[in-house]
Amino acid sequence: MTSRDEDKYPDQDLTPVTGAATDVAPLGRHHKPAHELTADEDADVADWDRVGAMIEFRELVAAKRRFIIPATIFFIAYYFALPVLVGYAPQFMARRVFGVVNIAYLFALSQFFMAWAIAAAYVRAAGRFDKMGKNILSRLKGDR
Amino acid sequence: MNTSLLMFLAFIAITLLITWWAANKNTGSNAYFAAGRSLKAWQNGIAVAGDYMSAASFLGIAGIIAFQGYDGFMYSVGWLVAYLTVLLIVAEPLRNAGKYTMADVLAYRLSPRPVRGMGALSTLTVSTFYMIAQMVGAGALVSLLLKDTGISYSTAVIAIGILMIVYVVFGGMLATTWVQIIKAILLMSGTILLSFLVLRHFNFSFSAFFDAISHVSYHDAKGNLVTQDFLTPGLRYKPPYGALDLISLGLALIFGTAGLPHILVRFYTVPDAQTARKSVVWAMVIIGLFYIMTTFLGFGAATIVGRDFIAKNGGTNMSAPLLAQALAGDLFFAFISAIAFATILAVVAGLTISASTSFAHDFWSNVLHHGKERAPGEEVRVARVTAFVVGAISITIAILLGPNANVAFLVALAFAVAASANLPVIVLSLFWKRFNTRGAVAGLASGLISSLVLILISPSIMKSNPIFPLENPGIISIPLGFLGALIGTLSAREPHAEQMFTELNVRATIGLGAEKASDH
Repeated sequence: MTSRDEDKYPDQDLTPVTGAATDVAPLGRHHKPAHELTADEDADVADWDRVGAMIEFRELVAAKRRFIIPATIFFIAYYFALPVLVGYAPQFMARRVFGVVNIAYLFALSQFFMAWAIAAAYVRAAGRFDKMGKNILSRLKGDR
Repeated sequence: MNTSLLMFLAFIAITLLITWWAANKNTGSNAYFAAGRSLKAWQNGIAVAGDYMSAASFLGIAGIIAFQGYDGFMYSVGWLVAYLTVLLIVAEPLRNAGKYTMADVLAYRLSPRPVRGMGALSTLTVSTFYMIAQMVGAGALVSLLLKDTGISYSTAVIAIGILMIVYVVFGGMLATTWVQIIKAILLMSGTILLSFLVLRHFNFSFSAFFDAISHVSYHDAKGNLVTQDFLTPGLRYKPPYGALDLISLGLALIFGTAGLPHILVRFYTVPDAQTARKSVVWAMVIIGLFYIMTTFLGFGAATIVGRDFIAKNGGTNMSAPLLAQALAGDLFFAFISAIAFATILAVVAGLTISASTSFAHDFWSNVLHHGKERAPGEEVRVARVTAFVVGAISITIAILLGPNANVAFLVALAFAVAASANLPVIVLSLFWKRFNTRGAVAGLASGLISSLVLILISPSIMKSNPIFPLENPGIISIPLGFLGALIGTLSAREPHAEQMFTELNVRATIGLGAEKASDH
């Protein structure tokens, strides 16, 4: 691609316009046979491979994985500990802790707080991801 | 005139007004299918909660706790934890890379026609099975709640079906959303009020409340008076397969919620991925609070109303309404009944719109007509006709099955298909570069077929001596769904799909080129 519209109008958002009454185009670029494409449609919205190769983008993907993979493993392990313990260690789970309230009830209740805590931690981390994403987007507009 | 019926009619009147308002605002596909992508995080969050918490949750879980104590509460936990999968893995990439349906994300780098065809089939399977389960439950419930008025099961099913068709056909996603928001607000107020009244009954003493739970008396099947500690596990999930069945159900919830088409389409109604994320958090707060409060509803019914009385007056599903009656009289009973009614309507409307969107967008426009709309507004027109057809079919099947059909297995089936067919291919297409069309089709097919077959040979259908001992197939069918996707992928190479991975990854991660909100 030699002449890119982004170069001429760096401030404009060049994502394809969608939402018109007749708009049912599927995603991606191949919704029309090549000979029917107008020049505008033929131009891609971004040079995806270039973005994909940016160090900032790779760092963002890696940062997301560093949060999401351990968090997912943790919540799945914590959740399935409940039916496994109730099923295979019922005496332990029936032990009373406060008055009549037993470990089984407290552990089930703790699952709610576990879910909220992970959600809160993710929202915090995602604030960081958003910033990294914005930097990439502004670099794409700026440094050509 | 019957107070419950009056409250039902009031709710119907309000929702029809909303539908009329939404119908005037709906112009174009984005408005019809995705409410213009301009909902706020709190609105979509409450609507997700309203779409998700069905009558099975409100009346069903309260009933299970009232009858089987702790095991019912343990059962309710997975419904919230499942949203972590939605939050961490699915919601944001889906919003960034998709348009109206789950299959959009698959069609992105895979061959569109086969994956959209299979995606639409799996979506329609999940939605119709789930809907029939809701309709049968709803018909039985409404005729029970309104038993003084003589409204029959069939009348109730037809009325609910027609209302849901009207919301979806005329009001589209916008009307469906507001029906879900109002329902969620009503449901939460009713639940908070009931919980408060239960605590007041015990003079706001948690220790008195839990002491009562530890000595619940009722007559067992043989007529003997038994007293049991309802906080002890094991009343529902009994050996040899109880624990395994619960684990299998947990798997279906954790992986299935993020594959439920009617939940996924909700994330297209917001302007961007950040709003989608915030709306999941809103939903998690509401859903979590609700399921914690089932402690008061369920155990309250067990201790204050008692199993014997509930069993004689309509059975497990009536636990929450009867608790309301015992604590605050007939007016409150009517209010809680109206909430149950609103709950049913909001969920079936959500199911109808996701089914009709998938048929119109994936199957009609993209599989049959290669992504071209032959006349302006055709896709929306097809969706409206589909909503009508899906509604009519569900009404017919629900009436044929009758009020006494055991339909709980249909819910298990819907979650199992969502977890075994939909989720594996969504995740693999987003995160595995090598993934390809054959893998997606094989994954969708193996997940769908294995869930169906395992349900057919489970105790739910075969009753005595089933070939497969669990009621929930997830523990087998989810690995089979992943395995199908894996084997299918490895058996072919698709350079185009691998090439497009970078583009999908960039779009999904930073939202470059994502669909924008259409009306500001």
